[in-house]
Amino acid sequence: MATTALSPTAESYRRSWVLDWLTTVDHKKIGILYIVNSFIFFFAAGILALVVRSELAVPGLQFLDVQTYNQAFTMHGTIMIFLFVVPVLSGFSNYIVPLMIGAPDMAFPRINALSFWFLPLGGILIFSGYLFGGAAAEGWTLYTPLSNSVYSKGVGTDLWLIGLLLVGTASILGSINFVATIFKMRAPGMTLFRMPILVWTVLVTQTLILLATPVFAAGMIALFIDRNYGGSFFDPNAGGNPILWQHLFWFFGHPEVYIVILPAMGVVSEILPVFTRRPLFGYRAFVFATVAIGLLSFSVWAHHMFTTGQVYLPFFSFMTALIAVPTGVKFFNWMATLWRGSITFATPMLFALGFLSMFLIGGISGMVLSSPPIDFHLQDTYFVVAHLHYVFFGGSVFGVFAATYYWFPKMFGRRLNESLGKVHFWLMFIGFNVTFFPMHFLGMDGMPRRIADYSPTAGWTMWNLVSTAGAFLIAISVLPFLWNVVATFINGERVGDDPWEGNTLEWATTSPPPPHNFDRLPPIRSERPVFDLRHRHDAEHVKADQSLVEGGQP
Amino acid sequence: MSVEAPALHATVEDAPLSRREAGVPTPLLGMLLFITSEVMFFGGLFAAYFNARAVHVGPWAPPPPAAALEMLPIALPITIILISSSFTMQFAVWAIRRGDQRAMRNWTALTLLLGIAFLAGQLYDYSTLGFGISDGAFGTVFYTLTGFHGAHVFGGTVGLTILVARASQGQFSARNHVAVEAISFYWHFVDVVWIALFSTLYFLR
Repeated sequence: MATTALSPTAESYRRSWVLDWLTTVDHKKIGILYIVNSFIFFFAAGILALVVRSELAVPGLQFLDVQTYNQAFTMHGTIMIFLFVVPVLSGFSNYIVPLMIGAPDMAFPRINALSFWFLPLGGILIFSGYLFGGAAAEGWTLYTPLSNSVYSKGVGTDLWLIGLLLVGTASILGSINFVATIFKMRAPGMTLFRMPILVWTVLVTQTLILLATPVFAAGMIALFIDRNYGGSFFDPNAGGNPILWQHLFWFFGHPEVYIVILPAMGVVSEILPVFTRRPLFGYRAFVFATVAIGLLSFSVWAHHMFTTGQVYLPFFSFMTALIAVPTGVKFFNWMATLWRGSITFATPMLFALGFLSMFLIGGISGMVLSSPPIDFHLQDTYFVVAHLHYVFFGGSVFGVFAATYYWFPKMFGRRLNESLGKVHFWLMFIGFNVTFFPMHFLGMDGMPRRIADYSPTAGWTMWNLVSTAGAFLIAISVLPFLWNVVATFINGERVGDDPWEGNTLEWATTSPPPPHNFDRLPPIRSERPVFDLRHRHDAEHVKADQSLVEGGQP
Repeated sequence: MSVEAPALHATVEDAPLSRREAGVPTPLLGMLLFITSEVMFFGGLFAAYFNARAVHVGPWAPPPPAAALEMLPIALPITIILISSSFTMQFAVWAIRRGDQRAMRNWTALTLLLGIAFLAGQLYDYSTLGFGISDGAFGTVFYTLTGFHGAHVFGGTVGLTILVARASQGQFSARNHVAVEAISFYWHFVDVVWIALFSTLYFLR
């Protein structure tokens, strides 16, 4: 009998609360730090979004000058992507993956802490441009030559580059840690094809980070050299090529889209079976579809560059359309999981269903954009803004909130209030669609993105006003969520170790788990060990009753 | 904090909590993954190099007054030095696999000296080339690629220094020397990058 129970004295070692959180190498605490840090940046970038939408509500420049406006949308995009969506999903992965595979911690706990602490530092550096004459203002893609030292003189762009290099380094270190953890730390019996789908999506995601982020780092270093040491990577006058930046950026930037959507897909694939009381339909097909998306993601980057005239359109258009195949497999699996399930509409399930419907729209508008003739019309219009928000917000962020409501009881032993959660969901769902659906119309009507002002005679006023109203509805929807978190910490319902009757190993330990995660593990014979454990006697009855064998679930 | 197990699995057979270490040791896997990311990083820089060559008009040569990159007197000798250091590193690994810590320390120290000699040679080469990083696309890609390679060699010398220090304290044995293996992987990787870089700069005229 193997046991790792700690001696009573081991727990009596006490540090101050602050020092404990600052120096922790426990993957659960680091995961929570990731999540809290990400939400702080989420609110900061959300305020910037409100600033942008307020300026665009009606024609004319009301309260921002153009440069301030440019900084606002640049910081909004940069922070939301690099300091909210990616790290918050890394945070949930950090907390959940070791638990799901029955491990006591990540493979490299101290590197785990290092990759977290780079994040707030990088984020502060990016924001600190505001203190030194203005933040970066070239859009989150930082295209050259706009971002070179001639057109962007301030140090804001340099701080953006340094900050993101730190964040990128953190991502690379984190990805090494995740891949090593998943390959080396699984509990006995947890074979690759018994890993929960979330672990598979994290494995593919982190492999993408490992392979794509260094290329972006090389690009950022090249741009930094151009800006500060007289280099000419991107300067055509000295033998450089500005399009090179777009290649290096999007070689990373398109896998980045899957980096933020795949873990959300994994979260939804964990939640749907629990709230439909059915196994996930087509587990292996789902795994192979995830791997296929990961592989394809490296052959589609230039669909962001159709209008440059320097890429081979048929190839990148075809490869992009091909992404719809594995994604379609996943949608089929999700639908088939829901089909005839006994569905309960708890808040995590609502957000998961919100993910399915909104990400579907984002995926379809992506397929629209994969066609070069249509893309030539829609490039850099609000249609693209609508598309990317349906993927990032309707997809990833809904997945993030689904994960928050689903795993909150595991992290803190208390369940978030369901009524407030439902108010949060519906306000956010309606606000999201009111904000971003009209942008499709604006884009098809030709409204370019990244403009601070537009003509009153352009015919864009009404939908812009609607969109701005929706943005404030999203902001209001966050208030019941914040209140919910505070109220739950003060007086939330204590719900025990397994409130949702989950399938995966994190529900087999206490809430919150002890520092070493598990005192003992159930036997792992499928991808749903806790389900098997709960129903182990049912299976014996099924075996005993021959008439049930044919129709019985395994 | 309570560590009592939930009632759910109080009756379940006890499974061992960690499995026997098998296959690649975890730290070595971490190093291999890190090297993978480094391959992609240098891939990005090489892409920038070949892009600059592709859009370049006229002969691909350093800006005047330098006429061409010369293998002698510096570039070829330091290449031979760096390649030799991969062999000495591997002798160190074989030594510690036999449990000969003293030989391992000496071979590692020799590797460290060769690495420092390479860096010194590279810096001297820089001082004699006659063009800088801001002298057109050639200067930019030349100094960026060789500079980042040099920075990686420097990182390797830090690792080697730690190995020598740890070996002097008797921390390695035939069974327990994963750090030596990991640093040797990194050192070989840096060497391979230099071979690719040297071939690109000096052979692909």
